[in-house]
Amino acid sequence: MRTESRIYVGMGVFFVLIVVIYFLWSGDSGNSIFLVASALLGIMPGLYLGWWARRMNPRPEDVETVTANEIEGVVGYFPSYTIWPFVLGMGAFLTALAFVFGEWTAIIGMGFILSAAIGGTLSSKPKASSHK
Amino acid sequence: MTIAPERLEELEGQPPQHGPEPTGIFKWLTSTDHKVIGKNYMYTSLVFFFISGLMAELIRTQLFAPNNHVVSPQTYNELFTIHGSIMLFIFAGPFVFGGFANYLIPLQIGAPDMAFPRLNALSYWLFLTGSITMLLGFLTASGAAAFGWVAYAPLSNSTYSPGAGPDLWIVSIALVGFSGIFTAVNLVTTIFYLRAPGLTMFRMPVFTWNMLVTGILILISFPVLTAALIMLYADRHFGTHIFSVKGGGVPVLWQNLFWFFGHPEVYILALPYFGIVTEVLPVFSKKPVFGYKGLVFATLAIAGLSTGVWAHHMFTTGTVLLPFFSALSLLIAVPTGIKIFTWIGTIWRGNLDFKTPLIFAIGFIVAFTMGGITGVMLASPPIDFYTHDTYFVVAHFHQVLFGSAVFAGFAGFYYWYPKLTGRMYRENLGKWHFWLTFIGFNVTFLPQYLLGLRGMPRRIAVYGPSDGFTFLNEISTFGAYLTAIAFVIFLYNFWISWRKPIPAGDNPWDGHTLEWATSSPPPSHNFHKLPPIRSLRPTWDMNHPEHADWKHHQDETATKKVNEKEKAL
Repeated sequence: MRTESRIYVGMGVFFVLIVVIYFLWSGDSGNSIFLVASALLGIMPGLYLGWWARRMNPRPEDVETVTANEIEGVVGYFPSYTIWPFVLGMGAFLTALAFVFGEWTAIIGMGFILSAAIGGTLSSKPKASSHK
Repeated sequence: MTIAPERLEELEGQPPQHGPEPTGIFKWLTSTDHKVIGKNYMYTSLVFFFISGLMAELIRTQLFAPNNHVVSPQTYNELFTIHGSIMLFIFAGPFVFGGFANYLIPLQIGAPDMAFPRLNALSYWLFLTGSITMLLGFLTASGAAAFGWVAYAPLSNSTYSPGAGPDLWIVSIALVGFSGIFTAVNLVTTIFYLRAPGLTMFRMPVFTWNMLVTGILILISFPVLTAALIMLYADRHFGTHIFSVKGGGVPVLWQNLFWFFGHPEVYILALPYFGIVTEVLPVFSKKPVFGYKGLVFATLAIAGLSTGVWAHHMFTTGTVLLPFFSALSLLIAVPTGIKIFTWIGTIWRGNLDFKTPLIFAIGFIVAFTMGGITGVMLASPPIDFYTHDTYFVVAHFHQVLFGSAVFAGFAGFYYWYPKLTGRMYRENLGKWHFWLTFIGFNVTFLPQYLLGLRGMPRRIAVYGPSDGFTFLNEISTFGAYLTAIAFVIFLYNFWISWRKPIPAGDNPWDGHTLEWATSSPPPSHNFHKLPPIRSLRPTWDMNHPEHADWKHHQDETATKKVNEKEKAL
């Protein structure tokens, strides 16, 4: 976890450095905002990951010489096939087309999105198996 | 959170209960398997690559002779706009971070799937619908967008670009952009949380590293583009004046927003292909990668610097701080140079096996170095003032992007084709494909440097007979046709390998990374059994226990300890 955190924090610190140089040199506030936002995008998740890294033991994937009996637990939860991402994608597509062709495509699209929201929620946990 | 080899052995006895898997079109519509989605991405973006390539051939045919009228000037503008947009947004990016990364990242880190399989499926559907939206523009009465792939204000406002075509372009890029952001979230999460035990960050294959950095870059830059597109749409339809001088807006703001996305985008397109090359070179040189940590830090440095150089596309606007952006742009050449040297170091004195993937990778190094050096030239404002918006720039970015997306992209495609399909391509046809592409590519783009230096502006539909551009344009068009023939050979190779398959086996190249430790194509949830991970090359260690990397490291540390003891005495 520590390396992951350092990558993000490192990027954030780099942007802080750049924004200081850039702002003092050019006095351009508009573009400096981009760099401030990029710095925050590095620092916030970086500090969060670092905070977790301090509170937990190194995970098996962080240990170079891991042995079999140190490994336990579930890998994650991986759903099998489902139609709802497709329905949601079509809904988003039709809704986006409304910006070109008028509201009527959005009405159909919203129908797709709503059904995908309901369908996706209902089919969420019980049907799929967790992968150990 | 992790997978143990022992537990996987248990699973082999009791595979997870999924019920009957759908087949055919339903598999395509409903699958959340990263391998199916990755292939969908790859084949979709290849189809769009060919569509966009045909547009390029039309453009070159139009430019073959002076005062040519193969297409009308309006159609010509539409063609180069959609050609650029498809190549950058729909082919070069999604081909690798949707296709290769989706397929390979879970395999390379020993994970059963991506972290968010349903989000992964959704991002494919957004990508597909966004790509189709891009082409819909040709069917509207006013034609497709015709303002170039950069859509500079005020040309892109409702006065100069009226109609539904430009709106479809905006919607298309927004959809594809969201798809990219979702994929990036998925990639970063997968790499952070689903690695196999023992696979520390500094044991990840370089391709995985590059995809992680690409993911972070996407998260930084794509939202800026989406915001800019929303503002452009508001300017066109809701009467805002963000990018128009008339209402107190600033047209150059569009360029700032666009290039703050656009320059990291160039590295979003290039870094994954660097990763592919770094996978191919060691395997075909029978050596570990040279300077692994240097490569990783160079990648991080490129990513950081690439976000600070956007205004080098705007030197001629007169509104940017020239020395700052010029210095940072020149600095990028340092980590990029480190990469080129580590690639050469990897093949140096290697036992080279000149299979198609290797020659494509070497072709990439040649093309990219040429494009990179002209990039360094363009980073210097005096040269940029002279060559801006000429064919010199066109030649430069085609050498960089064709170099990475096509040479490195097809190096990867040939390299992983046996893994994807379990079949082997035809080696002879692959070599024909390479040599015709390589010759065609150079014949197309090297004359364009000269055309640029003679002052031929980009994006013109016709030039006069007395301009002195005719001969070089004829050569360039000839090269483009040669490249087209090369891709017909590729399609034939693909077709014949599909109709008359030659089984490839699980590990035809004696690969180093984890994806070669499983079967070809990999089973559902990827691995029945993971080899122990003790070094950068777990599959190599498993297949060559006498030459295993970790043994080498052990010996090294042992001799170090002995030396230290001797010193202490």
